[in-house]
Amino acid sequence: MPNAGQTLRKILSQNQQELLAEWVQAQLSAATLRSDLMKENELREQSRELLSLMQSAVESGNLAQVDGQHWAPALDFLSRVSRSRAMQGFSPLETATFVLSIKQPLFTRLRSEFKSDAQGLADEVWLTTDLVDKLGLFTTEAFVKSREEIIQRQQREMMELSTPVVKLWDNILALPLIGTLDSERTQVVMESLLQKIVETGAAIAIIDITGVPTVDTLVAQHLLKTVAAARLMGADCIISGIRPQIAQTIVHLGVNLSEVTTKASLADAFSIALKRTQARLPQQLGSAT
Amino acid sequence: MEKIPILKMGRFLLVTVQVDMHDQLAMQLQDDLTDKIVATRARGVLIDISSLEVVDSFIGRMISNIAAMAKVLDAETVVVGIQPAVAITLVELGLSLEGVRTALNVDRGMALLQERLAQE
Repeated sequence: MPNAGQTLRKILSQNQQELLAEWVQAQLSAATLRSDLMKENELREQSRELLSLMQSAVESGNLAQVDGQHWAPALDFLSRVSRSRAMQGFSPLETATFVLSIKQPLFTRLRSEFKSDAQGLADEVWLTTDLVDKLGLFTTEAFVKSREEIIQRQQREMMELSTPVVKLWDNILALPLIGTLDSERTQVVMESLLQKIVETGAAIAIIDITGVPTVDTLVAQHLLKTVAAARLMGADCIISGIRPQIAQTIVHLGVNLSEVTTKASLADAFSIALKRTQARLPQQLGSAT
Repeated sequence: MEKIPILKMGRFLLVTVQVDMHDQLAMQLQDDLTDKIVATRARGVLIDISSLEVVDSFIGRMISNIAAMAKVLDAETVVVGIQPAVAITLVELGLSLEGVRTALNVDRGMALLQERLAQE
């Protein structure tokens, strides 16, 4: 068909203002509108920009191939919009609806252009649907991608946040573990603990597992590995913060913790660590007793 | 031929590994050290591997063996200066040097040996 997309081109270039008005109106009255997350002005601005980018792309390019270079500015804009919406907390549905909702005003225009030419209308509608769907799918993909980026970043930050090594006293380090221990985290924990042992010359490290929700054989194995590595560096480990439930689990699983000093609370572990290092308390503390 | 020096310090022997340990060198050390312990009737051996940055399973096993042999000859053995990366590697290899004493540096290791000697 030689004039494929011609009417779409015409509508986009000649009736852009009316189209924009109808589209924005439709979006404003739709159930998916999130007026709490986005102002009307911003929505109008985004709609206007997308329409003009679509127009220039349709004007110069191939309608069937959205991945061509003519569509690059429009796709770029869409991925930017998706990213900002993902940050703002829109749902994928709401983001895709932003693009897909242009269909209705477009189709209305197409119908009035073709009047009774059903054949031509069907062809043109198919072309338009195909195009808008591709744009919508692209938006969803970009949305999901940016959401994944956010999740990855948060995971990384959590990893860094959750493995502090604290110097409690001369020669005594504490490692309060919070969250589940998997092999990747054990690696990070081990490295930061050993590094700190080198830096401070600590002789005792207290590993506090109050914040570890469950201990299974794998977690126990990871703990034992950390203890063994610290021992190779000449530091003794004390595991503290073992809750009653976890003590039961450890015994039921048959995990052998007999070679490691274990204490119920961090306070107990700290006091035995002080005793072992024969730490001298400051004068004022000593005379107060 | 390069050789790992074994120094006598009072009643202890001091072994400092300053070069990258390869298999031949480790075997040589094993011979030299056992000879020297018998010859000097040393009571303690301090092995400093702080310059060792890479270990493989063979070297790990050798360190563990050498320490065990010294122990059989009634010399208390302390391995000192294990780097964090080396410690992690050894643990992952399943060589956690059971029965061998470890210390962070030569100073601490010496203190450990002396303490031990004082007890006897």
